[in-house]
Amino acid sequence: MSKKKKNLINAALIFALLLIVLILSYFLPSSSMLFVVLKKGAIYALIAVSMNLLNGFTGLFSLGQAGFMLIGAYTYAIFTIPVAARTQVYQYFNGGIIQFTVPVIVALILAGLAAAGFALLIGLPVLRLKSDYLAIATLGFAEIIRAIFQWNTLGPVTNGSNMLKMFPSFDSIVKDMAKEDGKHEFFKNLFTSAPWLENFLITMLPILLSGICIVVIVLLINSSYGRAFKAIRDDEVAAEAMGINLARHKMISFCTSAFFAGIGGAMLAMFQATIQASAFKSGMTYEILLIVVLGGIGSVTGSCIGSFLFIAASEWWLRGLDAGKFLGISAPGIFRNGFRLVVFSVIIMCVVLFYRKGIMGDKEFDFERMIGRFKPKKKKGEVSGNE
Amino acid sequence: MSFISANLPYILSGISVGGQYALIAIGYTMVYGILRLINFAHGDVFMVAGLMMVYLASWAPLYITIPLVIILTVLLGFIIERAAYKPLRSAPRMSIMISAIGVSYLLQNISLYITGGLNKNYPSIPWISDTVTIGTAVTKRVTLITPVLTIVLVIALVILIKHTKIGMAMRAVSRDFETSQLMGIKVDSVISSTFIIGSLLAAIGSMLYFTNYPGVVPNSGAMPGLKAFVAAVFGGIGSIPGAVVGAFIIGICENIIKGLDTMLVTSGVIKNPLGLATFSDAFTFALLIIILIVKPTGLFGEKKTDKV
Repeated sequence: MSKKKKNLINAALIFALLLIVLILSYFLPSSSMLFVVLKKGAIYALIAVSMNLLNGFTGLFSLGQAGFMLIGAYTYAIFTIPVAARTQVYQYFNGGIIQFTVPVIVALILAGLAAAGFALLIGLPVLRLKSDYLAIATLGFAEIIRAIFQWNTLGPVTNGSNMLKMFPSFDSIVKDMAKEDGKHEFFKNLFTSAPWLENFLITMLPILLSGICIVVIVLLINSSYGRAFKAIRDDEVAAEAMGINLARHKMISFCTSAFFAGIGGAMLAMFQATIQASAFKSGMTYEILLIVVLGGIGSVTGSCIGSFLFIAASEWWLRGLDAGKFLGISAPGIFRNGFRLVVFSVIIMCVVLFYRKGIMGDKEFDFERMIGRFKPKKKKGEVSGNE
Repeated sequence: MSFISANLPYILSGISVGGQYALIAIGYTMVYGILRLINFAHGDVFMVAGLMMVYLASWAPLYITIPLVIILTVLLGFIIERAAYKPLRSAPRMSIMISAIGVSYLLQNISLYITGGLNKNYPSIPWISDTVTIGTAVTKRVTLITPVLTIVLVIALVILIKHTKIGMAMRAVSRDFETSQLMGIKVDSVISSTFIIGSLLAAIGSMLYFTNYPGVVPNSGAMPGLKAFVAAVFGGIGSIPGAVVGAFIIGICENIIKGLDTMLVTSGVIKNPLGLATFSDAFTFALLIIILIVKPTGLFGEKKTDKV
C-alpha cells in the first residue's frame, strides 16, 4: 500500500471513530460511564504519549510527569479563575494577588510553557544523570514542586494547600456557549433542538485537544529530531559518534515531553473542575508509566490504546468488583471496596512479567497488518505487533 | 544553652528517624549493589510489616507476634524477588524497575483492600514505647534505642559481609555478576539472601518507626522508602556504612527543618512563621539532586567508568 493510501485509511478510521461517538452520544444518556472514559482516556493518552516520547523514544527513564502535570494544572487554573470568583476561591488569602484572566486557549499554552520552562531549568543538571539516577532525581523534583505549590507562604498565588476551583471546565465551556444573554442564540437554539449535541461537544473537546497535541508529537517523532532521539535510545555512544548533540537533543525531548504533560495536566484540571496539589503524588506518575508499559514502550498508538483500556478498566468495567457484583457473581464479602484495584494490579503485574512488550510492542497500529492477521494464508500476517 | 534545650526534641527525633531510615536504606543499598535495581517495593514491604504487626498483635501476645512478623516479612521479600525480579534477570534494566513499581502498586492496593483505607492503630510495644525524659525533652524510649540497635545491627552485618562465605559471595557478585557466576557462585541464592537480610532489617525498622507514629496507612511506606533510598545514594550506593551515615544526616536535617520555623522565630531572625515544615520532604530530594550533581558516586561510593 502506498503511503498516501495509508494516510487515507487512517483518516477514514479516525472519522469512523468520531461518527461512533456521535451516534453513541445520541443514544446513550449523558451520565453514561462511556463518556467519562472517553474524556479521561483522551487526557491520559496525551500524558502517556508525552511520557513515551521520553521513556520509549529517547530512552530517558524519567518519573517527573506528575510534577509537570501539576505545574500545568495550576498555571491553567490560576490564570482562568474568573476575577469575580477569586474572593471565594482564595478566601484565606484575600482573593489572591493575580486579578486578571486570560482566554482558555492562551492559558492552556501558558500551562505547557510553564512546565517546559521548568523542565529546562531542572534539565540542565538532571539530564547529565543516567538511567535510575535520572529516574529518582526527576521523581524527587516532582516532590519538590508539590511541596512548593502547597507552601502557605505562596498562598496568594497558589492558594496553599487548599483546592483551586471555579475555573472553566469542559462542561462549563460548552454550557457557556449557550449562555442566556442574547449573544449566543445559535448554540442555544441548537442545544434545545438537539440536547445530545451538548454532551457530544463536551466529549469531543478533550478528544480533539489531545488529538492535536498527539499529532504534533508524532510529527516530531517522524522528523530528523525524532530519528536522533531513537539513535540516542539505542546507543548513546554511537549516536554521539554520528554527530548527534546529546545534551541538546535530550533537552529538546525533555522539554517537549514536559510541555505536553503540562497541557495534559491543564486538561485534567478542566476535566475534574477542581484541583489540589496533594493529588499529584508519585503514584500518578506510576499509573502513567504503567499505561505506557501496557500499551508498549515506544509506540504512540499503543499508549493511546493503553490509556483508554486502563481508564475503562479502572473506572468502568471493573467497577462491579467494588460494588459486590461482578459478571453475575454476587459476593459482597470479597467484592468490597478496593478489590477492583487489587485485581487490576495483578493484571498489570502479569503484563509486566509475561507480556513484556505490551499491546503494541514498539510498533504502530497498522490497518494493513490488522487485516493480514485475519487472512492466515498470507505469510505477511505472521508479522504482527501482538507478540 | 537554652537554644539547645529548646531544640533537643527535634535533634533527638532526628537521630531516631535517621536510625530507622538506616535500617531501610541497607535493604536498598544491598539490592542495588548486586542487581543494580532500585527496589521501589522495599518501602511497601516495610509498610506491610507494620500492617502485619497490627493484625497479628490483635490475636497473639507480643513475644509470638514480633518473631512472626519478622519471619513473614522475610518470606514476603523472598517471594517478591522470586516472583517479580528473577524472571526478568536477563531483561533490560528498565523492565525490572517497572516490575518493582508494579509490585509496589500491588502491595499498596492489597493493603488498601484489607484495611479499607482506614488508619490502623499500631500496637504499643511495652518498654520501648514508654516515655522518658532527657534534659528538657520528653520522648519515647524507642528514640534512644533506635540508634543503638541500628549500630549494633550494622556492625553485625558488616562482620557478616566481611568474614563469612555468603558475605564474600555477595561482594563478588556485586563486583562482577557474570564472572562470579562463572566462578561457581550460586548467584540466585546470593540474591535471595540479600533480599532476606534487607527485609529482616525493614521489619525491625518498621517496629521502631511505627511505634513513634499513630498508625499505619497503605501509603505510609512510600515516603520513608524514598527517603531511605536517597540516604543510600547520598552515602554512596552499595556501601553499607555510607547508607547509615546518609540516613542519619537525612533524618536529622529533616527534623531540624520541621522545627526551623520555631527556631527562627525564637531566635528573632524572622517575625512570622514561614511554614517551612512543608519542605521537610522536599529537602531530602534537594539534597539528593545536589549530591548527584556534585559527587554522583555519593560520600563513600566507588568510582566507575563506562566502557563502550
